[in-house]
Parts: sequence; structure tokens; C-alpha cells
Amino acid sequence: MKAFGPALLEGIGLEVLRGDIQALSLPVFSLHEGEILGLIGPNGAGKSTLLLCLAGLLAPQRGRLLFEGQPLGTERELVTYRRRVTLVFQEPLLLDTTVEENIGIGLRLRGVGGAERQQRVAESAQRFGIEHLLRRSARELSGGEAQRTSLARACALKPQILLLDEPFSSLDPPTREGLMRDLGQVLKDTHCTAVLATHDLTEALHLADTLAVLRAGEVVQWGPVGEVVNHPVDEFVATFVGMETLLSGRVRDCAAGVFTLEVGDQALVGTGDVTPGQELTVGVRPENVTLSLHPESETSARNSFPGRVTRVTSRGPFLKVELECGFFLSAYVTARSREELGLVEGREIVASFKATAVHLIRK
Amino acid sequence: MELIWEGIREALRLLFSLDREVLNITLLSLALSGLATLVSLVVGVSMGVGLALNNFPGRRLIISLVNTGMGLPPVVVGLFVTILLWRNGPLGLFHLLYTPWAIVLAQAVIATPIIAGLSLAALQQLPKDLRLQILTLGATRRQMVWLLIKEARLPLLAAVMAGFGGVISEVGASIMVGGNIKGSTRVLTTATVMETSKGNFDIAIALSVILLLVAFAVNAALTHIQQRRRPR
Repeated sequence: MKAFGPALLEGIGLEVLRGDIQALSLPVFSLHEGEILGLIGPNGAGKSTLLLCLAGLLAPQRGRLLFEGQPLGTERELVTYRRRVTLVFQEPLLLDTTVEENIGIGLRLRGVGGAERQQRVAESAQRFGIEHLLRRSARELSGGEAQRTSLARACALKPQILLLDEPFSSLDPPTREGLMRDLGQVLKDTHCTAVLATHDLTEALHLADTLAVLRAGEVVQWGPVGEVVNHPVDEFVATFVGMETLLSGRVRDCAAGVFTLEVGDQALVGTGDVTPGQELTVGVRPENVTLSLHPESETSARNSFPGRVTRVTSRGPFLKVELECGFFLSAYVTARSREELGLVEGREIVASFKATAVHLIRK
Repeated sequence: MELIWEGIREALRLLFSLDREVLNITLLSLALSGLATLVSLVVGVSMGVGLALNNFPGRRLIISLVNTGMGLPPVVVGLFVTILLWRNGPLGLFHLLYTPWAIVLAQAVIATPIIAGLSLAALQQLPKDLRLQILTLGATRRQMVWLLIKEARLPLLAAVMAGFGGVISEVGASIMVGGNIKGSTRVLTTATVMETSKGNFDIAIALSVILLLVAFAVNAALTHIQQRRRPR
């Protein structure tokens, strides 16, 4: 796991109310130097509110924010702080001038002179592949170009913390992937500390080191990406991190860390430290499920269930197949697999997954 | 019809002969309305910014008052400014009534709500988060306001045009507070009223044509600036 520096930004007892509704309640928050934190959660979970607080643009009703151990309070302290962090919004929010002027505006506000400004603008534009657009009016840019300009504008400032509020959500998938790749490279090259708010797990998995899952203004789970993705603390987190199949049942037996769980009439084999008779909820990720026409005799997959295809839907580069196996199960397959296996509604199929693909969610 | 042609001929004659009195009246009209627009620009844009960027009790009431003020009848303004500047009035000690300053004051009162209302609308049209975006780029509050004004420059120029158009063409307030004194407070509109009442239609039409040309020239110049900077 990537090693982080000391805590750069800390929040203690942050609370934001919008009317009578609690928009954010965060007893503890800490972001370390070099860390890229992904904030995930559904709309209205408090991701943008938290980013506004972290950007020094929204004063919490309670709690305080410490930057490098120093509290932020007065307007002067906030302006100084805001010159060391920057926030990129979902919409590019460019000024009605050229791309070059847009990228250099933050530097101009800081009084950075002509030659240095020009150099940093050119450098940042090059990082995001928009150096050929510098003379163009910001009004003439496509959505992707505008967001690249917005990111270049933020990175030209060489911020200590880069805050990103769903910067890819208004872009089409190919543009989004290209920009995500470039941003990932910039973050890696500059060792920038960042917070990325998104409701798309793929973006968070691509860029973040740690994940915080928010629900109704509170953090439900916070930890390294692998831990959150593989060991979600509850069904909400499990669903959010892509475990589309959640199954509850009673443990029939357990030996040497391998257990059998009774789910209706079926029995699942999983791994984990549980006790017989215990009520459990487990999750299975669709990418861990394989489909075949006949039961495979020689396989390491401990779980194999005959079932019927109930629905096939497109998920961009792959397809999601929903199955009825005595319980609901979903699997991701490629278009080629769909063709070869003839996956249409009503098709009889065998679904398999390993015992290690069964993730314990709640004991 | 003959009357109109005669008036236009007279207007051209007065224009091309550079009649001293007409020239003075035209320049005074331009100076007073220009100054009043400038005062309104400073006060009106400040009000627009204040109303657009702040939330305080009574804000909606003030916006309603500003919007009502955009259609303020000049004679009503003239009446209240006259009372204000009257010898025994609150500002009587400055002896401004029947001076060019009184006209500037009255015209500024007419133009300020127009510019304030249109500035408010211009700033409210900007994206909601632009203010936050500018702040997060490291701007101080003053820098943020200046960038927002620059961003709304096109509709703000339209506000200036509307304000100037409103005051250069008004007559009620100017005649009431200025008194149409020859060589001092006689402007194009008050002179037109006077010549019409005397039955000198040719001169009245001539003055009207000059007024239209002045208004057109100023607005054409502002439109040129506005459209030159318009994003393609």
C-alpha cells in the first residue's frame, strides 16, 4: 500500500445543517499528504457539501478545520488557505475569455507575473493535451475540452490539495476515460493530495487510494480501497461497491475457515471465521461469477448452481446477465460470451463462483 | 407633411451651420445625461452586486422596489427632487434647484433603478457556482466581484444603454428641477417642449432629430463595444 505523509487537513466534529436537515456530520476527518481519497455515495449523500467545507467555501455550523495543524477561521486565513487548495466543479465554469486566460486566471489572482504565468499555463495545458486550444475562446470548446481546461486551470496553481467534485459526470464514456487516465497520470507525476467525489465506483477505483462511503451526510465506511470493496460493512456499502448479489442465510457448518451457508433451498460455500447457526449476509460480485452451459467437473469453484437467465442488459463494454438460481444472481459477460452461450431470456445455464468470491458483509 | 420636411431641413441647417445655441444645448444634454448615467452606473451596479451576492432580511422587498423603480415616472422624480432641493427642503442649503446639478441628481435617480435592476438580472444569469469557483481559484472578495462584473459585461452594457436612453429622453424631471433656463439648464428635451409650446414646430422637430441622432450615436458606440466583445 502507498505510504502517505503527515496529516495535511483535519476536520473535527464537522456539522452542516441545511434548514432542519443534517447535510453533513463528520466527527473526524483526516487527509494525509500524497493521499487520494475517493468520496462515494448516492446523490444527496453530502459529498459536495464536504468538498465545499474542505475548500473553505462553506463554514460548518459546528466543528473546525485544521490545515497543517493550524485552525482556519478569519477571512484572511481562508483566502490564504484557498490559495493552497482548489476545487474543480462538475461543470467546467470557465470565464468568457480564451483558454489561455482561463488557465492563468488563478495565477493572475495571486499576482504571478507574465513569463512565469505563461510557462505554467503552457505546462498545465500540455499535461491535459490542450496546448493547441490556448488561443481559442472558452465558449467554443466541447464538454471534454472545457473540463480539461478546468482541470488544467486547477493544476496550473500547483495546489497542495486538489478537490474534485464529480469532474467526469457530464462527459461521454470515451471522453471520460481519456480524461480520467490523464488526470491519474498528473496526480501520479505531481504527487498531489486529492479528494475525488463521485457516484461512479469505477472512477474511484481508478484514482483513489482510500475510500469513504457517505450516506445521508455520514461516513458509513472509510478505509483502503481494497478493504472497502472486499469487506463492505453493510448492504448499503456492498451495493454501492458493486456487490449486486446479496444473500442472507444461516451457517450450516464451518471448518478450517470454510463455511456452508443455507440460503433457501440452496447451500453456498464461503470463507471466513463464522460459527454454525449464525445468521449471515454475504455478497457476490458479478465479475466473479462465470457462466457455462453444463456443470464443470474439474474446477476449483466450490459454488455451482443451475439456473435460468431472466434478463440481459448492456453495461457499456460488457453485459449484465441476471439469473434465477433459487436466489437472485448477476454476472458480467462479454458480447462474445453472450453469443457463444446463447444468453437470452429463459436460457438454462450454470453459474459458478469460488468460495473466496463470497464476501462476508454482516455477521 | 410639409411641416415635417421643413423641420428636418431646419435640423440639418442647424447641425451643419453649427448653431452655437443648439450646439451648447446638445453638449449640455450629453454632459448632464452622461454624468447622471455614470453616477447611476456606480450606484446601480453596486446595488445590483449587493443584491445578487448577499442574502439578508428584506432583500426581496428591496428587489421589488428596484423593479418598480425601473418604471419610475420622471415627473414624480422631478416632484420629489424639487421638494428635496427646495429652499426650505432637506437639501435646500446647497442651492442646487434650477442648476445643472439638480438635473444630474434627478436623472441619476431615474437611471439608478434601471441599471441596478438590469445589473442584478445580469449577475443572476451567471452560473450559480461561478462565484465559488472564482473564490476557490484564490480570489479575494473584491477580485471575485470584479471578475463577476467582467463576466456579465455584455448585459451590463445593455443596462448602461437603457439607463442613458432613459435619461437623455426624459423631460418631466429636467424641466421641473432645472427650469429650462437658457444657457444653464436648457437641454434638448426641455428646449423641444418650449419650442413646441411656442408653435415653432420646425425648430422643435430639428431639436428632436438632433436628440434622436445623439441617442443613436451614443447607443451605436456602446453597441459596437458590446458586440465586438461578444463571444462568437
